[in-house]
Amino acid sequence: MSAIELENVYYSYVLSEDNIIKAVRGISLKIEEGSFVAMVGHNGSGKSTIAKLLNGLLVPDYGKVRVFGMDTQDKEHIFDVRKSVGMVFQNPDNQMVASIIEDDIAFGPENLGIEREEIIRRVDWALDKVHMLEHKKGTPFKLSGGQKQRLAIAGIIAMKPKVIVFDESTAMLDPQGRKEVMEVAHELNKEGMTVICITHYMEEALGADRLIVLNDGKIALDGKPKEVFSQYEKIKENKIHVPLATKIAISLDDIGVKVGKDIMEKDELVDKLCQLL
Amino acid sequence: MSIVVKDLAFTYSLGSPYEKKAIQNINLTINDGDFLGIVGHTGSGKSTFIQHLNGLIKVQEGEIEVFDIKLTNAKKPKPDLRKLRSNVGMVFQYPEYQLFEDTVYKDVAFGPKNLGLDEEEIAKRVKEAIELVGLDFEAIKERAPFELSGGQKRRVAIAGIIAMKPKVLILDEPTAGLDPNGKEQILTLITHLKKNCSSTIIVISHDIDEITRFATRLIVFNEGRVAFDMPMNELFKHQQELVEMGLDIPLAVKIANDLKAKGVAIQDGVVTVEDLIKEIVRLYNAKHNTKLNLKDINKSGFNFSFRSDEVFE
Repeated sequence: MSAIELENVYYSYVLSEDNIIKAVRGISLKIEEGSFVAMVGHNGSGKSTIAKLLNGLLVPDYGKVRVFGMDTQDKEHIFDVRKSVGMVFQNPDNQMVASIIEDDIAFGPENLGIEREEIIRRVDWALDKVHMLEHKKGTPFKLSGGQKQRLAIAGIIAMKPKVIVFDESTAMLDPQGRKEVMEVAHELNKEGMTVICITHYMEEALGADRLIVLNDGKIALDGKPKEVFSQYEKIKENKIHVPLATKIAISLDDIGVKVGKDIMEKDELVDKLCQLL
Repeated sequence: MSIVVKDLAFTYSLGSPYEKKAIQNINLTINDGDFLGIVGHTGSGKSTFIQHLNGLIKVQEGEIEVFDIKLTNAKKPKPDLRKLRSNVGMVFQYPEYQLFEDTVYKDVAFGPKNLGLDEEEIAKRVKEAIELVGLDFEAIKERAPFELSGGQKRRVAIAGIIAMKPKVLILDEPTAGLDPNGKEQILTLITHLKKNCSSTIIVISHDIDEITRFATRLIVFNEGRVAFDMPMNELFKHQQELVEMGLDIPLAVKIANDLKAKGVAIQDGVVTVEDLIKEIVRLYNAKHNTKLNLKDINKSGFNFSFRSDEVFE
């Protein structure tokens, strides 16, 4: 069964009568349960609008979004939709609600009306999953960006969603923080959670099962990361970039050092070069 | 010499139980014309340091000389902060969050106005600054900053700083949060500003691959101290130490060092992607007796370096 299904979805922001931004323009998409999907695209390509459509924060103007079969437009199901799809946003400081970490994590489950004993269990479980259990009694304000973001993840997974959406959740972090967050995302995926990761870092997209490139509110490319990034001309048309190792490989190949243009990662490039040099 | 820093130290919440030493024993000189990159993980003291340079943080210990303005912990004489801030421009992280006026023109004019310039000079500077950041003055001047795209907003915010014509321009994470094309545009803009506005540029960045493309000198902060201050081309020597500090190494350096470890005779000094490609092509030509040349390096449209002295023919 698909975790999420979009069927010919349209969404526009109406700023004024003559100023309408058509953010999503006819997207159909099925996301399999348990998969790790990366979404990339330039600013204004519709990525974040799609993220908000996935858990009913926005509902489509036209078309359907179904989360485990539930229509997000169906008011009866909206609570279950939100419970199924958790979102982690960009700015860690905007996602904190309490001054003690365990209270912050408990906020979501409390609002789901879960009983106390279970909440206590979930708080410990969620903090352990993001490697933050020793901070349980501390305050979130003194943590690093990466730690805060992992806390935001813990707050989401304490509600036990089946799908977690990262909307540029690493954009404000330093390289160490980015690494921490991506590691947690992959660990959660290995345990069966469906992960949708929206990012500007092409290197983060490499670890995904599937890469979707958006442009002008439509799906421009969709496939395994390697298949997508090896179509360099199309990548360029869609105003995104390939990973740096790929750029180096393409440039060497253009010059005549035939390493191939479909290299994605450093070690691959080093191996190829060792054969040639 | 534009900025001289001597024995600078700073402690947050000094005298309270929450004292936290942010920087200590900082000694360095920033020369006129430097294109300086500053790296260091979160909490290493780099932001505390740069906020000293235009008087946003008062000196507690040590002294700083910025042009001929002396900053010390003495109460008198008071330093001329207006003059200091017109000489040292600071572009914060996510500067677009600081746009506040209802038109682009007014927002960019705010800085020059506070310098006490007359209307005519202000008008001239606003126009120049907006054009320098690559925006169409007539088309944009009366628009509200909030209607603009993220990249445009950031340019307007930068224009507001360069309208004060600072000799030193400091940018804190100037490309954070932008998409890849937006990043390229801002990097191109910074190089352009170096030539046409502020001859000394200091950039703080977490992206070492980005810094190596333009900076010629690198300062590494670690635990409140300057761990390294070196020309960029010595960076490769310190891979191990930098990794231990939790910092990233440029991809080109990693590849060069990996190849070396596998017995490929890569020469020392590779820092940028260009250096790496040049060296690989040299080795390839020597081994295969070919005459491949570098003219196709940017055939696919990559701009690996913004350093003018390294542009290939």
